[in-house]
Amino acid sequence: MTIHRRQLLASAACIVLTAVASKAVVAQHALPWHPNAGAPPTPVRPGPWLHFTADEAKAVEAIADRIIPPDPQTPGGKDAGCAVYLDRQLAGPYGRAEGDYNKGPFRDGLKGQGPQTADGPAKQYRAWLAALDKHCVEQQGGKHFADLSDTEKDALLGGLESGEVKLTGVDGKEFFEHIVKDVQTGFFADPIYGGNRDMVAWKMIGFPGTRYNYLDWIDRHNERFPLPPVSLEGRAAWTPKAG
Amino acid sequence: MATQLPRKDVVIIGLGWTGSILAHELTDEGLDVVAIERGPWRDAATDYPPNFDQDELRYRIRHELFLRPDQTTFTFRNKMSQTALPIRSWGAFMPPNGVGGGGVHWNAETWRFLPSDFVLRTHLTERYGASFLPEDMTIQDWGVTYDELEPHYDRFEYLCGTCGTAGNLGGKIQNGGNPFEGPRSRPYPNPAQKQGFGHMLWAKAAAELGYKPFPQPSGNMSQPYVNPLGVRMGPCTYCGYCEWFGCGNYSKASPQTTILPVLIRKSNFSFRDNSEVTRINVDASGKRATGVTFVDTSGNEWEQPADLVILAAYSMFNVQLLLLSKIGQPYDPVANTGVIGRNFTHQTMSSVNGFFDKTKFNFNPFVASGAIGMCIDEFNGDNFDHGPLGFVGGGYLGQVQTNGRPIETSPVPKGTPKWGAKWKQAVADYYLSNIKSGSIHGSMYSYRDVYLDLDPTYTDRFGRPLMRMTIDFHENELKAAAYMTDKYAEIVKAMGANIVEKSPRKGPYDVTTYQTTHLNGGAIMGADPKTSALNRYLQSWDVPNLFVMGASAFPQNAGYNPTGTVAALAYWSAKAIREQYLKSPGPLVNA
Repeated sequence: MTIHRRQLLASAACIVLTAVASKAVVAQHALPWHPNAGAPPTPVRPGPWLHFTADEAKAVEAIADRIIPPDPQTPGGKDAGCAVYLDRQLAGPYGRAEGDYNKGPFRDGLKGQGPQTADGPAKQYRAWLAALDKHCVEQQGGKHFADLSDTEKDALLGGLESGEVKLTGVDGKEFFEHIVKDVQTGFFADPIYGGNRDMVAWKMIGFPGTRYNYLDWIDRHNERFPLPPVSLEGRAAWTPKAG
Repeated sequence: MATQLPRKDVVIIGLGWTGSILAHELTDEGLDVVAIERGPWRDAATDYPPNFDQDELRYRIRHELFLRPDQTTFTFRNKMSQTALPIRSWGAFMPPNGVGGGGVHWNAETWRFLPSDFVLRTHLTERYGASFLPEDMTIQDWGVTYDELEPHYDRFEYLCGTCGTAGNLGGKIQNGGNPFEGPRSRPYPNPAQKQGFGHMLWAKAAAELGYKPFPQPSGNMSQPYVNPLGVRMGPCTYCGYCEWFGCGNYSKASPQTTILPVLIRKSNFSFRDNSEVTRINVDASGKRATGVTFVDTSGNEWEQPADLVILAAYSMFNVQLLLLSKIGQPYDPVANTGVIGRNFTHQTMSSVNGFFDKTKFNFNPFVASGAIGMCIDEFNGDNFDHGPLGFVGGGYLGQVQTNGRPIETSPVPKGTPKWGAKWKQAVADYYLSNIKSGSIHGSMYSYRDVYLDLDPTYTDRFGRPLMRMTIDFHENELKAAAYMTDKYAEIVKAMGANIVEKSPRKGPYDVTTYQTTHLNGGAIMGADPKTSALNRYLQSWDVPNLFVMGASAFPQNAGYNPTGTVAALAYWSAKAIREQYLKSPGPLVNA
């Protein structure tokens, strides 16, 4: 037994010296424990675009505002921060398709076999937005997407959705499906990721956010939950104003 | 060149539910046990504490706690004539990774299968005649019965503190429970969880239609609980972040909250995390396992010799490791020979959405637990007469809505535009007044052309062939799904919904939208080594010092969540190892 343990410890030390990321460890006698080892998400902060060019960002903000148009109660996709959300996602692991299986050969398959592209979303968005801009400039008298009227924007987006509007070199329908999904995801995700600013989406639907205990409400059938939402960063009302 | 480690009595591959159970049982027997786990150690305090656990984007959408496909994935096709392509990001199912396995991020729906499920072919043939079954359906009896498993189901439920209302105590039917279940030796350890408005309204409507609704058996605690090992769990707070998430409250039964704190204190147990077993080693005779080879995060290769090998990974990885280690004869669907990869199944999930008048109905969908909900079992297994219906199988029907997390749970009625002002308005109108994810938990029976083998083209990070899934829905399953979906829709209509939308499962099988992670079979148990990989004690017919846990042993899937049965089989196997195998190591059943 003693010999076993010493050898195991020796091999563990060996691993610790050579590993880089998550290290293989041997656990014996006690479960692994490191104080304050949790990894909370890094909050998105306002500032320059990390992935989009200024022109791309303009188009994405304009699209976000048609997918989720502003109304008197709730801001639209742009003011809710959906373009910021998407920018930060594309600049991070999602944009690189990190963790996805990326070995070839790449072949087109059945729809039910799932996407078979070597490009992650960051590359795809670059190509999609360039193709959209080219289409607008050529078909709409030199205008960019953001310069179109709301009616023109909706007609173009509707055409991408139905497949009637074709973009050069990319699948416009695939682009449209992706950006609708991403913008709506940013709208409903925690504000810590840059969208859903001030929890506007959660207020709109009546979702209390990251609260973790409804023991006092499980029996209150058909009664509206009375408290405002909370995010991973709390609520503005809880944060003391500077000065 | 693999570095040789000191010999152990037992090496366990994978430290999820079954690995933890076997480790606990075999260390109690005085054996020196090491478990080797592919993924990292995880615990509430570090990986999913309640100050950042409730993050839908991170855990659900971006799959924080799951295996990454670039570590390993599967290839998939519907038919043998097609080319299988790799699943590049997860969709239809989500393989676990790390200590605790699927037990970390499951909903904790803790069911028992029906007594007739274990003798399925015999039962259906006796009742309907052999010609009633589709010709290419390869369902089998399990080789073990409900009565034999009952004490082991019971043991797992008391380990987990399962909350529920018994429907059959020693043969006496109990009010409020599932009248179709097999006899229980004693009540559940904890009373059923409380239910939300939507769950209870559904149950009321079901009762009015003449059904017998009962609370879903839940591994989310209805009250504080100390299990027989002395491990304490806290009451569930109905936070609505359960499936895909770890529990920050220590309220969900998992290896971490029920076994591991006790197991790790034993001097004859240790585990290694972040270490992937690449093969089971066998001696020259091919009839004796000598241990395993694994690779750590630095790429170093190690050999762990052991007298007894327990394969306790996720079902499809069990099958893959058997094939890569050349243990057992690979299944050939054309010749209909071999066993490894045979009788592979998944689930046939269908759903019904209901949209209600928002001025009268407020369901607060975010107030929920993972295994909350009310169910009926009238249309499960062979609880109803299939004679006039022309199909076999079924599933439980349940209003088991687990959350109101809005990225995934903000449905709008069909015909609503998918974007724009009308979409936005519909989301706002219906968020609190819809019933989503009605669960129609359909069985999937086994067929000759649904199977697992090694992919000829695609490989994992070590260059090993990926597991190839060849799977499609057959007419029998689609008929059952349509029938049960109709029955469910009647209940939602009786609840008072203005709009009732049916989504019966349709073919072809696809890997892009989530069903369940209940993939089964491929290394099935049975009575005949020609049609099963394992005997009735989960012992390999070919290599008697190898036991294979998990749902890979299911000859076909039933209309329930599998974990209760997976765990009962693990205890059943452990008992056979302790009481029979260790006294006289060798085959426990003579073929």
